[in-house]
Amino acid sequence: MTKPSLKKTLNDLETKKISIKELNQDYLKQIKEKENLNIFIYFSEDNVLEQIENLEKDNSTKKLNGIPIAVKDLFCTKSMPTTAASKILENFNPTYESFVTQKLLDEGSIFVGKTNLDEFAMGSATNTSFFGNTINPLSKKNEPLAPGGSSGGSAAAVAADLCLGATGTDTGGSIRQPASFCGVVGIKPTYGLCSRWGIAAFASSLDQAGIFSHNVEDASILLKSIAGFDKRDSTSAKVDIPNYFENLDDDLNGKTVGIPKEYSIDGTPMEISQIWEDAIKVLEKKGVKIKNISLPHTKYALPTYYIIAPAEASSNLARYDGVKYGFRSEEIDSLDAMYENTRAQGFGREVKRRILIGTYVLSAGYYDAYYLKAQKVRKLIADDFNKAFQECDFIVTPTAPSAAFPLNEKQNDPIKMYLNDVFTVPASLAGLPGISIPFGKDKNNLPLGIQILGKHFDEQQVFNAALSLERSYE
Amino acid sequence: MNNLIKGEKHDWEMVIGLEIHAQVKSNSKLFSSSSTKFGSLPNSQVSLVDAAMPGMLPVINKYCVEQAVKTGVGLNAKINNYSVFDRKNYFYADLPQGYQISQYKYPIVGEGKVTIDFKDGTSKDIRIVRLHLEQDAGKSLHDQNPSKTYVDLNRSGVALMEIVSEPDIRTPDEAGMYISKIRSILMYLDTCDGNMQEGSLRADVNISVRKPGEEYGTRCEIKNLNSIKFIKQAINYEAKRQIEILESGGSIEQNTMLFNTSTGKTRPMRNKEEAHDYRYFPDPDLLPLEISEEEIGKIKSSIPELPDELKNKFIDNYKLSNYDASVLTADKQTSDYFNQSINSDPELKNHAKIVVNWITSELFSLLNKNNIELKNSPVSPENLGQLIKLISTNEISGKIAKDVLEDMFSSGKTAKQIVDDKGLQQVTDQGEIEEVIDEVIKDNPKMVEQYLGGKDKLLGFFVGQAMKKTKGKANPKILNDILKNKLNKKN
Repeated sequence: MTKPSLKKTLNDLETKKISIKELNQDYLKQIKEKENLNIFIYFSEDNVLEQIENLEKDNSTKKLNGIPIAVKDLFCTKSMPTTAASKILENFNPTYESFVTQKLLDEGSIFVGKTNLDEFAMGSATNTSFFGNTINPLSKKNEPLAPGGSSGGSAAAVAADLCLGATGTDTGGSIRQPASFCGVVGIKPTYGLCSRWGIAAFASSLDQAGIFSHNVEDASILLKSIAGFDKRDSTSAKVDIPNYFENLDDDLNGKTVGIPKEYSIDGTPMEISQIWEDAIKVLEKKGVKIKNISLPHTKYALPTYYIIAPAEASSNLARYDGVKYGFRSEEIDSLDAMYENTRAQGFGREVKRRILIGTYVLSAGYYDAYYLKAQKVRKLIADDFNKAFQECDFIVTPTAPSAAFPLNEKQNDPIKMYLNDVFTVPASLAGLPGISIPFGKDKNNLPLGIQILGKHFDEQQVFNAALSLERSYE
Repeated sequence: MNNLIKGEKHDWEMVIGLEIHAQVKSNSKLFSSSSTKFGSLPNSQVSLVDAAMPGMLPVINKYCVEQAVKTGVGLNAKINNYSVFDRKNYFYADLPQGYQISQYKYPIVGEGKVTIDFKDGTSKDIRIVRLHLEQDAGKSLHDQNPSKTYVDLNRSGVALMEIVSEPDIRTPDEAGMYISKIRSILMYLDTCDGNMQEGSLRADVNISVRKPGEEYGTRCEIKNLNSIKFIKQAINYEAKRQIEILESGGSIEQNTMLFNTSTGKTRPMRNKEEAHDYRYFPDPDLLPLEISEEEIGKIKSSIPELPDELKNKFIDNYKLSNYDASVLTADKQTSDYFNQSINSDPELKNHAKIVVNWITSELFSLLNKNNIELKNSPVSPENLGQLIKLISTNEISGKIAKDVLEDMFSSGKTAKQIVDDKGLQQVTDQGEIEEVIDEVIKDNPKMVEQYLGGKDKLLGFFVGQAMKKTKGKANPKILNDILKNKLNKKN
């Protein structure tokens, strides 16, 4: 079976080989068949049919006309509820459309549903959702695997062929790691490339929207669609968005790739080291200069991330208090009781853990030792990359320290779970673009991912390198 | 000046610092485009950002930043090219985000000072520590339902400037003068409407007491006072309370207090242990605020004349006293009125003191009596100028002028019209006055006898009688001279 592709489908739609209705009905059928994977928090066939009807009435030519897209349930959408996978927003219906999803709608895409995620995007296995685990579509019978997280639902939706692309958000690896686990392409662009307006916030200085797709070409088409300046987001960047797809070029001859020695970590499975080496060899064959680089503060990235992200989260999630919208506890004898019970009952364990950590690190007397220190280290990590990029055009590393692990394996060990982000977090802290593409399999035939990191706003180079590796792997 | 207050055992000195919260005059809120209009239906001016809906982000309102810079310039303060918005985290029902966006480590305006002027002609500088921008919270309404609290978010997100003074204030009067001066500066700059009743200007008062010359004592903070009267009352009560505790051997707990406006007493709201840990940190949704010298220069050049500059100009140009000039300039309406009035006729420049007096006593008392604001005065500055000209050229007497002003006030006619219509011109014709005096002397032979017998005081009686006959129009000086002359001739 040839893999479906957005690019080919667009062509088929244009040449009328297939109608929007036919195309989407195929996807609707598959979504219903794979309901057991618990990929969607919200799915309504009627809603999708209505969208198709509206599109068919509209004759204008749009870039993504009729393309089925799955949306991570962290993006606020007018036509579907938005929960952030939390009980506290269980019945929340936004009156507004996020910047990213509005852009996709403007281009004529069809939203097949809202995908599952870790509650408020906090997790690496899509197992902290109030709406239950998502199961990795690549699982063998009776051996359910985690799809990674937090955007596990979106990665799984692409992997299970329930859409031609999906939106995700990545704070410390939440697009790249699940892409690796599910064997799809996932790109987190430069911080500021896509507006955060309308995305329920986890950690504002790190959150960034991105794309899942079947291949690099599709990702380049979709990223162009969701990128752009938005005056409603003060951290949104005023940069020209190139036509990534038109500019794709897999000829890397004369380029230099950086290989950071700090990413060779004790305990990394052989298979992971192997695909990394394979990727380097492929690049070398293509005339790419291999440059060993050092990112000396890498080992501090995880602790830094797990101070900054919870600190921001503890404040960002304060708005969920039962006063204005969302869940409110029944036990509200006093204002304090309303807060305590609403938040105790409305948030899950992992979210509460991170709110506690974040509150602690911002407390008087601890602020300097934790938060302020972490900000300083963050700067050093960013400086490491800036220095490294003076010597290379892009950096190649593994995406995650393992293939998809069994569901529930690390559920009771948060530290082990946090280690999943070891390769993805540094680029998040530095705000750099990163893509994960499938590159090789482990001994159980599960996909493994290679991560390509680029300079700020150099998504084109990231795509080009990814395309080159993808073509050599296929 | 003795600022000490007497205790049972010895004298005490108050040490007072003010944190003034001034609502920025702007059409829209600090981080959203909702209207800031006062008195609208509850929750009718609330954007998605103000209600802290998921995924909503703040965007700085540049106009509010300009207003803060303007105010900083007006407070003779350093404008910081770099400032940062922080989150002040706490839970309250009318704080939708669960944090207030404020400025903590890096405020937009640094150290400055304002001058207050006393009646005796002296003045004093009160140092400003800083001014920062922050969001206002919403309003909790506890009195609408016996078992529920309602929340109105119209005010949520409105821009405030917090102006923090050094503890340079020593008396309740100084505190009142300080806040009046700040209010006056803000209103000249048009950066705050100064309306204390509507809550556009409120203050937290930090106060401690000490024996003169000793270190500062432990202070208490009285929250959210919205009138100068209450500020003075609260300070007086709180100082007395602290002195009583100290004199009976106790010590002051560092508390946050509330002032009950009906009982005039302060009571503790929370103590130091219960104080919030606000967990300030830079708001990651906002970039640091950077203002170039060029932008600051542009704002500076747009600033109108401020009360102190105007005061000095009045002193130089019109030879007014420091106090008179400061009274005139305390309110922009008053200084504008004075300016227009005194410039309505070149003659008036030499009678500036008379112009001041007629505005601040005669006109103000009429306005007060009728509860009218100066800007709506039925007597225009030009017409008042005309009236004063009539006085200064002896066309009417000061006494008659008061009646004329009342007439002008109620009829809206000009001074000249009234004087002409009623024939109120002063009689300066010697012959005419002589005739009247002759009559008075003829009619009161006994009085004349007594006067000549040494009762000098009776001169007033003759003046009164003569004035009566001329319906007050006789020029008093001429009348006096002729009268003395004639009576003495009788001798």
